[in-house]
Amino acid sequence: MISDPDVIGLLYLVTIVCFILALRFLSSPKHARRGNWLGGVGMLIAIATTLSLDGIGNWVLIAIGAAIGSVVGVVGARRVKMTAMPQMVALFNGVGGGAAALVALAEFHIASGGLSSDAIVSTVLSALIGSISFAGSLVAFAKLQELISGRPITFPGQNVFNIAVLGGAVALGIALVAGVDDQWLLWALVVLALVFGVLFVLPIGGADMPVVISLLNAFTGLAASATGFVLDSTVLIVAGMLVGASGTMLTLLMAKAMNRSVTNVLFGAFGQVQAGVGQVRADDGRTVRATTPEDVAVQLSFARKVIVVPGYGMAVAQAQHDTRQLAELLEEKGVEVRYAIHPVAGRMPGHMNVLLAEANVPYDALKEMDEINPEFPQTDVALVIGANDVTNPAARSDTSSPIYGMPILDVDKAASVIVMKRSMNPGFAGIDNELYLEPQTTMLFGDAKDSVVKLIAAVKAT
Amino acid sequence: MNISLVIELTILALAIFLGFEVISKVPAMLHTPLMSGTNFIHGIIIVGAIIVLGEADDTFLKVVGFVAMVLATANVVGGWFVTDRMLEMFKRRPEPRQESTEK
Repeated sequence: MISDPDVIGLLYLVTIVCFILALRFLSSPKHARRGNWLGGVGMLIAIATTLSLDGIGNWVLIAIGAAIGSVVGVVGARRVKMTAMPQMVALFNGVGGGAAALVALAEFHIASGGLSSDAIVSTVLSALIGSISFAGSLVAFAKLQELISGRPITFPGQNVFNIAVLGGAVALGIALVAGVDDQWLLWALVVLALVFGVLFVLPIGGADMPVVISLLNAFTGLAASATGFVLDSTVLIVAGMLVGASGTMLTLLMAKAMNRSVTNVLFGAFGQVQAGVGQVRADDGRTVRATTPEDVAVQLSFARKVIVVPGYGMAVAQAQHDTRQLAELLEEKGVEVRYAIHPVAGRMPGHMNVLLAEANVPYDALKEMDEINPEFPQTDVALVIGANDVTNPAARSDTSSPIYGMPILDVDKAASVIVMKRSMNPGFAGIDNELYLEPQTTMLFGDAKDSVVKLIAAVKAT
Repeated sequence: MNISLVIELTILALAIFLGFEVISKVPAMLHTPLMSGTNFIHGIIIVGAIIVLGEADDTFLKVVGFVAMVLATANVVGGWFVTDRMLEMFKRRPEPRQESTEK
């Protein structure tokens, strides 16, 4: 048993330092993994220290709870496919938020009126934010896992209703802080916060999920930080806030990559599919030209420089391994191959990098948008695999386009563009892509995996 | 451990700036591991869960504490393993194939 508060405080300080270093090590893939190990050590120190605090009992319950949680965690982490990473992160956001809300509820129950006003403020915040994060994350999970429709779910007066629910929860919180001491008020607050969590994620379309997951990540961090104030625990305050900062930053980055404000993402119910889905307007006489794997293979084999533009369509078709093979084959023929990664490619920040890393694509071949865009004009072939909206030139020129202003990959500046696509359906945003009508563009229709496999065979034969 | 609110708020403010500073150094390539890594870090709520469950003396607290314990442990363990699994996949180009870097 450690009873000296200074020793306890110092041990928690070691944990804080470990967490900060873990994040610092993430600045390069070279030592990122070591950083995660360091974070693990920090967590173990915090857990051991807490277990050795005076007055901790119920060992059997703690052991059983830890055992169940560990099994769930390990099995989940081992089994999850990399394409399903966004769901996994959403789920972990949810359980973390839920745990924070529960701890707040318990502390309120223990104190039964004896909490100081600042502790009540923290308790209310922790319960409120934790519950929103819990419910919102579960809905995000269900949407990403396609248990419910990924399309925005809207109803008239939605924003007004949502704000009323949130307002109700906040009003209950204010009543609690003002000194109305009733357990049920906090419970009602939790229920309203849960309802709000569900309501605020429902109208958000699948393409906007990266923003939502980042935001929920921030929420869970803030909830943990607020709990730190209730428990007078510096390690919770700091660790929670680090997560809060990270989530906030990613939220802003993602919104910026789509050229939309966070409020617009949350309340705009973007993604309504326009009428006439599946029709590219070719009214100015331009048409879409289809090509064959053999033609593409020739183009690729004799190119000097090829840029692969992977999108979520590639991951859905599980074509990343074959894509890597194709790239290696081309490199053997002396072609320079690069991958252009748009910040919102995939379903969460950095998702495409992980999917390609899993397929053994070396990370130094992956280029971020700002780095690769100046290279398109010197590129012979841009090979677009399952990406759509992030290549749409309308974002640069067409002020009426819903994605106008969104930074895009300048694919159309390459000498020739090959778009691999299942059909002419519009992308997630439901917008026609002008790129397909450009004279230098040809389309290779079919499942991405099939097409890449055919390309590999054709390149080998060339 | 009774630190005054002012000191806690000071720590919070510093943590905000530190957080933004450290996170801004993380390349976009590693944003998914960053998210799962921060997932793992907010698992620190397990400290709260242990305190609640460890000190629980009535049924209500035992139930709430137990559920919190399960959720927090799943968060910590799952978050760590999945981050480790991802980071293991990030590999450099093998040396012999190294091309001269054109800039």
